[in-house]
Amino acid sequence: MANVFLNGKFIGTHKNPDKLIKEIKEMRRNGSMPSEINVSYYNDEDSIFIFSDKGRARRPLIVVKNGKSLLTKEHIEKLKKNEIKWDDLVKEGVIEYLDAEEEENALIAVDENDITPEHTHLEISPIVIMGPQANMVPYAQHSLSYRITLGAKMTKQSLGIYATNLPVRADTDVSVIHYPQVPIVKTQMYDLLRVENHPAGQNVIVAIMPFEGYNIHDAVVINKASIDRGLFRATTYRPYKCEELRYPGGQTDTIAVPDKDIKGYRTEHAYRYLEGDGIVYPEVEVKPGDVLVGKVSPPRFLSSLEELRVGTEAQRETSTTLAHGEQGVVESVLISESEEGNKFVKVKVRDQRIPELGDKFASRHGQKGILGLIIPEEDMPFTENGIVPDIIFSPHSIPTRMTVGHLIEILGGKVGALKGKSIDATAFQSINEFELRKMLKEAGFKEDGTEVMYDGRTGERIRARIFVGSQYYYRLRHMVANKIHARSRGPVQLLTRQPTEGRAKEGGLRLGEMEKDCFVGHGAALLLKERFDSDRAVIPICKQCGLLAIYNKFKNKTVCPVCGDDAPVTFVEMAYAFKLLLDELKSMCIYPKLNLKPKY
Amino acid sequence: MILPQSVEEQLKELKETLKLNKAQMEKLRKIAERQYEKALIEPGEAVGVVAAQSIGEPGTQLTLRTKWLAGATEMTVTQGLPRLIEIFDARREPSTPAMTIFLKPSYATSEQRVEEIALKILEITLDDIIKEIDVDLLRMRVEIELDPQKMKKFGIKEKKVHEIIYEEFKTAKITTGAYKINVKPKDEDIDIRKLYKLKVKLRAIHIGGIKGIKQVLPVKHGNNWIIKTSGTNLKEILKLPEVDIENTTTNDIFEVFSVLGIEAARNTIIEETINVLKNQGIEVDVRHIMLVADVMTNDGTIKGIGRYGVSGAKASVLARASFEVPLKHLFNAAVSAEVDDLRSVVENVMINQPVPVGTGLVNLKVEKKEDKKK
Repeated sequence: MANVFLNGKFIGTHKNPDKLIKEIKEMRRNGSMPSEINVSYYNDEDSIFIFSDKGRARRPLIVVKNGKSLLTKEHIEKLKKNEIKWDDLVKEGVIEYLDAEEEENALIAVDENDITPEHTHLEISPIVIMGPQANMVPYAQHSLSYRITLGAKMTKQSLGIYATNLPVRADTDVSVIHYPQVPIVKTQMYDLLRVENHPAGQNVIVAIMPFEGYNIHDAVVINKASIDRGLFRATTYRPYKCEELRYPGGQTDTIAVPDKDIKGYRTEHAYRYLEGDGIVYPEVEVKPGDVLVGKVSPPRFLSSLEELRVGTEAQRETSTTLAHGEQGVVESVLISESEEGNKFVKVKVRDQRIPELGDKFASRHGQKGILGLIIPEEDMPFTENGIVPDIIFSPHSIPTRMTVGHLIEILGGKVGALKGKSIDATAFQSINEFELRKMLKEAGFKEDGTEVMYDGRTGERIRARIFVGSQYYYRLRHMVANKIHARSRGPVQLLTRQPTEGRAKEGGLRLGEMEKDCFVGHGAALLLKERFDSDRAVIPICKQCGLLAIYNKFKNKTVCPVCGDDAPVTFVEMAYAFKLLLDELKSMCIYPKLNLKPKY
Repeated sequence: MILPQSVEEQLKELKETLKLNKAQMEKLRKIAERQYEKALIEPGEAVGVVAAQSIGEPGTQLTLRTKWLAGATEMTVTQGLPRLIEIFDARREPSTPAMTIFLKPSYATSEQRVEEIALKILEITLDDIIKEIDVDLLRMRVEIELDPQKMKKFGIKEKKVHEIIYEEFKTAKITTGAYKINVKPKDEDIDIRKLYKLKVKLRAIHIGGIKGIKQVLPVKHGNNWIIKTSGTNLKEILKLPEVDIENTTTNDIFEVFSVLGIEAARNTIIEETINVLKNQGIEVDVRHIMLVADVMTNDGTIKGIGRYGVSGAKASVLARASFEVPLKHLFNAAVSAEVDDLRSVVENVMINQPVPVGTGLVNLKVEKKEDKKK
């Protein structure tokens, strides 16, 4: 007696599970039951699971009966003539959708010729096995699934032309590659997604060889001449927003060139690119600190004291400036109205990003790496024909990762470039490696894709034959220009007087607890003190009560709030954070008395 | 200069084997002294931090989960990081108590004899030798049927079982037959629940062997046989005449402490730590582990590394407060008007002063004129 579950709930038992399942499937196929129903049988538990609820991922397959596909030539003819549609095939029971559970009970043939009497279904096309992202990996059947996943992930990070209305868009922080190309080695998915209209990479000549250790650990070496010709050149767009806000009490911001007597006025130099309306003009080169939109805000607090002031003195300067570490050219200025009806300005700044050391590149097989060295073309190795590679890729990246698809793509790219046609590399139906070898041989090349190469610097022949070919490469969005960060001096936090955190705030790099332990372990006491001197403070302390005293700089006088004017006060150097701790202890009603004595 | 005893002994040995004269001996001694001095740790070295890092870094490589080896003859013992934490936290009882019992040479070579001893040690309860135990609700008594085969295996006589039950349940009325025992409580108001409780109690009665030894396993160790056990009872095991007292150990540190004293406990900590690390293929210099063991045992009791042990016993309020539960330490310090002399590392990092370690330990003292006059 098999247990029967409907949507996970036990509803009864059945004597003959095979018959029940067969009948349900039959009814689903002939239309007397909804096509959304899926049945599966668990042998070990002797249970039937019927599902009809929402949220199941299902995929279409051609039904196979008695070793024969139900999709006949007539169907295809009719489809071509547009006489029937997809839904008709589903209604007819030729195509049905399986969920993950029912798929476990199915035996699916990939090719029609492979069908045996045991098979229950046939793939419509191998493409439907994977999603669109994974299908963009060429020769996926030759690589590990994890590498395909990585390849699909990096496809998402690649730079390309993602939209055709770029001039009027104002996306935050996007980059666009200048000369995108359609890959030579492509999959059917490229045609389905119409990637020709918005490609995201470039075909480059790749040589797989080490280069003086500069492509160690996944780094790549790139030809300087290729970069000069515009290889992987990109532009980053960053919009800056500025809005005239309204405040309670009828006051508003004003977008204008600020007056000189306004609180927080920068230098005249900072405002030099502003036009009369307080906004920069297009096509001007801006540097960090330059004002893009000048703005003046009303005072933050309305106190009686400030009301007495005359004119604009109380107003604050709140201009929008170019962020720290950025530079570029003003692309366009947009003046509009915000949702609340305030005046609203968006300034789009563009910056050219020429590939530089540390930028990230990747092939479509999860083989990502960082640019390790740019070398002049004349120093690059070259082949007998004078072909100079654009990228030198390290052979050590291949064996452990077993991305055979990567190698076959290079082979395919070479064939495609020689024959002047694109190579189909769709998973499970791509052009065979042996055909590629044959075609390569016909074109007069060595069939394994290797070539004799010469060292560009010495002219000597490189002893090993080098595997060269054409491959599609992505430039990924992670660029050093957006990440590089160092600090010697800079802003501190208001509360602790310690350096700020993070690149955007020009922050310091934290020397943490475990790093501190290393200093202690080495016995480097004074170096440790110096590293933690960032919030050093000299603080007046009353010798009598051991609490903080006050130092009046103008009168050069010290006062202890507890013991009075005559109290003996000395200056003690300590971490400002420790002074804060003392304050907090006092707020906890703990009296942190400092017993002072001379150090030496 | 006083050299350690082991070095002195080696020198003496060298003198005898090489037949050195007095002048040569003096020269040798000088070399030894120089070498010894070289090997000493320099003043101001941050030994604690170095020890902590030396044990902590390999600790990141330890297996996080206890491994069970299916079908292996070894008994399962907690290993890896869980065991290391157990040792350093000074848990009262190890999660898998175990003993390694060495035997005197006259017993250790024969497998048969070792097996006999192993069976003698193994704790046997009534449950191990019965065929059936039941509650007879009609006559309100517990009926026990013994298993003669099992009793023979463990070498237990029927009479002895009777004696033990008589001794244990004096208040009950006990009737005995051929391999049958009936126990009826004498109380007037016996109910079923009490009877069932009695049944559970009877099952757990200790019949033979040593309490706490739950499993025994004779294992070949070189040419000799040793007995590995799960469950430990060091005190009773050491009383056995067959046992080699010097080598027999348990992994229960607190038991070693109560039976053999604090020095033995210290050695157990060292030994157990080395074993855990060795099992994972990691070698840490013994001196680091020795230092940790010393810190854990230096006041005559076993303290764990942590809030209730070593870290909680720090002299400085600020150091304690910076570790865990700061409020508790700060308020308690305020109540008793504690003074922090700022003598250790953590406090000085907090106030940003040179830490008294390494270069921060030494100071130049300027001789003042007034000092000279005095």
